[in-house]
Amino acid sequence: MALLELTNVHTYYGGIHALKGLSMTVNEGEVVTLIGSNGAGKSTTLKTICAQTRAKEGKVIFNGKDITQMRTHDIALAGIAHVPEGRRIFPKLTVRENLEMGAFSVSDKKVIEEGIERAFAYFPRLKERVSQKGGTMSGGEQQMLAIARGLMMKPKILMLDEPSMGLAPILVEQIFEIVTELNKEGMTILLVEQNANQALSVAHRGYVIQTGEIILKDDAQTLLMNPQVREAYLA
Amino acid sequence: MINILPQVLVDGLTLGFMYAVVALGYTMVYGILEIINFAHGDIFMVGAFIGTEVLLISDALGALEGMNPFVALFITLIIAMVLTGALGVGIERVAYRPLRGAPRLVPLISAIGVSFLLQDLVRFTEALARNEFYLNSPALFTGSIPLGSIATIPTKGLIVIVIAIVMMIALTLFVNKTKWGIAMRAVAQDQSTASLMTINVNKVIMLTFLIGSSLGGATGVLFAQNYGTIDPYIGFILGLKAFTAAVLGGIGNLRGAMIGGVLLGLLESLSGAFMGPLTNGAFGAEYKDVFAFSILILVLLFKPEGLFGEAVKEKV
Repeated sequence: MALLELTNVHTYYGGIHALKGLSMTVNEGEVVTLIGSNGAGKSTTLKTICAQTRAKEGKVIFNGKDITQMRTHDIALAGIAHVPEGRRIFPKLTVRENLEMGAFSVSDKKVIEEGIERAFAYFPRLKERVSQKGGTMSGGEQQMLAIARGLMMKPKILMLDEPSMGLAPILVEQIFEIVTELNKEGMTILLVEQNANQALSVAHRGYVIQTGEIILKDDAQTLLMNPQVREAYLA
Repeated sequence: MINILPQVLVDGLTLGFMYAVVALGYTMVYGILEIINFAHGDIFMVGAFIGTEVLLISDALGALEGMNPFVALFITLIIAMVLTGALGVGIERVAYRPLRGAPRLVPLISAIGVSFLLQDLVRFTEALARNEFYLNSPALFTGSIPLGSIATIPTKGLIVIVIAIVMMIALTLFVNKTKWGIAMRAVAQDQSTASLMTINVNKVIMLTFLIGSSLGGATGVLFAQNYGTIDPYIGFILGLKAFTAAVLGGIGNLRGAMIGGVLLGLLESLSGAFMGPLTNGAFGAEYKDVFAFSILILVLLFKPEGLFGEAVKEKV
């Protein structure tokens, strides 16, 4: 069943026509990746889904509900966790406070504590840094915190925007392992990446975006073998 | 000369704590919206008038007779805080929210407009109701506490200091320990990411205005109790100094506003008392503001971000 469905979405950035009739679906339990080069419209797609930039045309349906005109915090409340590009953790809040903000919609204190414990199980490094200010951590730690924070709201879908950006290869490996692990536990994931090779190897399906349009969509394995994709994104 | 020092310090602290609490209102709003809410000084003034009117009306009805002055002050503070809090939220809704995203100067002009509006509305209302717009507040506390043989602390001054400290502690706890308080800091750091965390940014902004304005209103009540006479223009100079205190401490920073306020009050009081004798009368007490603002300029020359502020990079 389609959990998230974009139909013919047009988005403008100032005068720039950033998304030109984009359509894509993410089914429940899937890892779907959206790959493309810099400026192709990957981040804009995620921002349009959570209404940080509004779609001028087209529809975004989530969980059977039209969320195109909803406000960002209500879209998050509906169950979409967006881990934005560049991590965007709150630099002057501690690790723990960052996690608590991820669980802002959760009122049961016990559930929050369980969530924090779960985050520490996934990312033991965060436990060591629990009282440290977010802004003082390394890029890899910040990325872990950003993902952990996104999971705190118990979302129905996790959208990751370039989680591998700027990280050492070993950390990139680790982040993708966590994506696989989360998916095994049932989390639906929409993964935006420039690192097409890694992204396609953990995803079920993939979309290739170029100047605001989907130019290819297929099974991740098939895309990995596609000569066009190999030449443009895996070289 | 040294024997007046304790008295000067007490006066400076009383004034300084009032600056500090009003400065919190400036710094909280700046921290979140990066606008200077120039109407904040006038919210303080409205608080002073509401408090004074509550006391005057209660007094006329004989309600203050035999009432414990602490209870009377507490009730007055609550009424003034609720009303000025609502006023602050209303101002944000009408004068600032529609201008969000506009160039920085636009809400500033709007704030100055609201400031004039409040001054003249109060003046007009009081002139209509009482035929004058200078009010004398009924004094709830008239005694004073001797501090050995060197100074006397007027009870009302002590009450200003104690209540200001209580409000500062309460605000600090709120901002650091509660979910909405942490959300307030999160919104100040990164609005768009905060909304991804299901935080309703507009609600947090309303809450900021509610708290900042009610603290300002409460300070107005304390001001009226401490100095007795109020007029619709007291918010201008006090607001300016509280804003100065916020800048001195580092605008956007709560601790900076608190310390900046107390520091400015002390500087003003000390220079008012000692500048005359120290310069053989060349510069009298009337130069106290010059002295205080010179210190501000010096601090900003060497530390433009203020005493406790962090040097901020321009957001891209």
